[in-house]
Amino acid sequence: MSIESGASQGDDMEVTAQAGSLSAITSGREVKEPGNRALGVGLEARGVHAWFGEKHVLSGVSLDFWPGTVTALIGPSGCGKSTFIRTLNRMHEFIPGAAMAGEVLLNGEDIYAPGIDVTKIRLKVGMVFQKPNPFPSMTIAENVLAGLKLAQLKTENKDDLLEECLERAGLWSEVKDRLNTHGGALSGGQQQRLCIARSLAVRPQVLLMDEPCSALDPGSTLRIEETISHLTSSVTIIIVTHNMQQAARVSDYTAFFLSDGGPGQMVEVGSTNEIFSRPKDKRTENYVTGRFG
Amino acid sequence: MSTLTAELAPKPSKPWAAAPLDRAKTAGIFFAAAAISYLVVLSTPMKGKLAYIAVFFIAYIVIDFVSTFIKLGRPGAVDAVFRAVVTMAVAIAVTPIVSILITVWLRGHKGLHIGLFTTDMRSTAYTDPISQGGLLHAIIGTFLLVFFAMIISVPIGILTAIYLTEIRGKFTRPISFLVQAMSGVPSIVAGLFIYAAILLPFTKKLNGIEGSLALAILMIPTVARMSEEVLRLIPGDLREAGVALGGTQWRSVAMVVVPAARSGLITAVILGIARVAGETAPLLLLTGGSGSKNFNMFKDSMGSLPNYIWQCFATGTPESITRAWAGILVLLVIVVVLFVAARTLGSRKVGKK
Repeated sequence: MSIESGASQGDDMEVTAQAGSLSAITSGREVKEPGNRALGVGLEARGVHAWFGEKHVLSGVSLDFWPGTVTALIGPSGCGKSTFIRTLNRMHEFIPGAAMAGEVLLNGEDIYAPGIDVTKIRLKVGMVFQKPNPFPSMTIAENVLAGLKLAQLKTENKDDLLEECLERAGLWSEVKDRLNTHGGALSGGQQQRLCIARSLAVRPQVLLMDEPCSALDPGSTLRIEETISHLTSSVTIIIVTHNMQQAARVSDYTAFFLSDGGPGQMVEVGSTNEIFSRPKDKRTENYVTGRFG
Repeated sequence: MSTLTAELAPKPSKPWAAAPLDRAKTAGIFFAAAAISYLVVLSTPMKGKLAYIAVFFIAYIVIDFVSTFIKLGRPGAVDAVFRAVVTMAVAIAVTPIVSILITVWLRGHKGLHIGLFTTDMRSTAYTDPISQGGLLHAIIGTFLLVFFAMIISVPIGILTAIYLTEIRGKFTRPISFLVQAMSGVPSIVAGLFIYAAILLPFTKKLNGIEGSLALAILMIPTVARMSEEVLRLIPGDLREAGVALGGTQWRSVAMVVVPAARSGLITAVILGIARVAGETAPLLLLTGGSGSKNFNMFKDSMGSLPNYIWQCFATGTPESITRAWAGILVLLVIVVVLFVAARTLGSRKVGKK
């Protein structure tokens, strides 16, 4: 795929170095069993299963996310991608009847360990939703800083943080003159960037994005993708997308999920370049070349 | 040049709007139906206003159906009949309300004078001319009773709704069912409950707070059910966003969900107030009536507008009945003012510049 090569070759040396070390991990991933020695950095999922009531929707997903990388999760609808990322910041348990198995390690610590403070986990692993959802009762500035209030965090200089987060989300120049107006007046793409800025304000280590562009027009999508590429220096990003060009444009690694009628599984993971140019699995090849899905 | 553009520029028009011919046709059907109903009632044993209205409706629908059928065939005719039936249903629904408003105004305005709002009935009998005495004690009483009922029921009602929508425990279904059933509790039952539970064993005397408690019992289900419906409309996404930002569930509800539902919650409270503002039975039982102002909720019986109206009608002289209608008018105006105030308050966005 020609679209993709430009994106990954444009990365700086540091990321390339990390990419090298992660591809080593990636190649050994198939034999890795749940309970292996923790790497101790980044986010690691070990044999994650998920259920809704009796329905087994996700089976045995093991996947590591190295700090500062972008990983795209692709696959047809209903293959468990969204469910998987929701297990990564413990949002899965919000659905009545939900159950899970396996381990999710954040910096080597199991986020499902008993006695762990779940709100701290969600502070470190932020989330951007499919539909832009700024808080309707708050102004733009209040929206960005909402996380501080929700989590009762202190900050010395709110104005600096506000500007920094909006700047990183690529929204500052568009809203700096109307910070005290309501977020609802923004366009869909601006609202989504506002939601990204809101997630950044609590300084997450990982940002989960669940099809962040599926409700947006191509122009806004492009802006979000630019935002993502600016964020990678400081945040690990995991993005679910149905748009394969998007996965190719923004991600360093791609994981392909598929359900053959039963629970969803991860078929293959590798560097984005590999997945799109020489996938190992026939099903991945069929999917990325558009033969199904 | 400019004249040319002016000539060429099309005028905005609405080709889909009703043409004069259509309006003439509707008017024609209306008058034809009116004439038919007049003739039918005249020539058959049917009598009274109701007969006119019933025959008019039937005649209108039949003529409308036939005339549209000729032009547009069956689907168009059915559509026309549907529209006519819906319009009539609205007319039937609105008629009693308009009728009440007109009657209250016609009978009540004669009794209005400024003294109503500045004096009470301490040294006036119901049978005295309307120019003597006033409603001040009753207005104060009604405000106090409703205010205290509100203070008790609004937190309980809204917290119940939050339990039902946000916490969703094991008891959600039975409690939801109970709340629905409670909204059908007759007001006299609520009154008797407080009478048996508080007045008889403890206070043994009439006072304001007992009336407020009974009103609160009636208000809680209304507030809880309305709030529940409003909170259910808040997208689950917002709740998840609040929690995903590291908020506890409580903070997420208090900072995100409740503010987002603010205007709906205010409406719920107002509907609760409207439900109890005119309640009479529990007040007769628990609060009694009084001709003088009483600001103490915990001592002595207290006047209220419903009680005043009831007493005046019960007295039955022309003067007292004029008083009663004036009281009804004032009560109605208070409820309407509350509604309007709440709607404006509720629809205003927080922090909007």
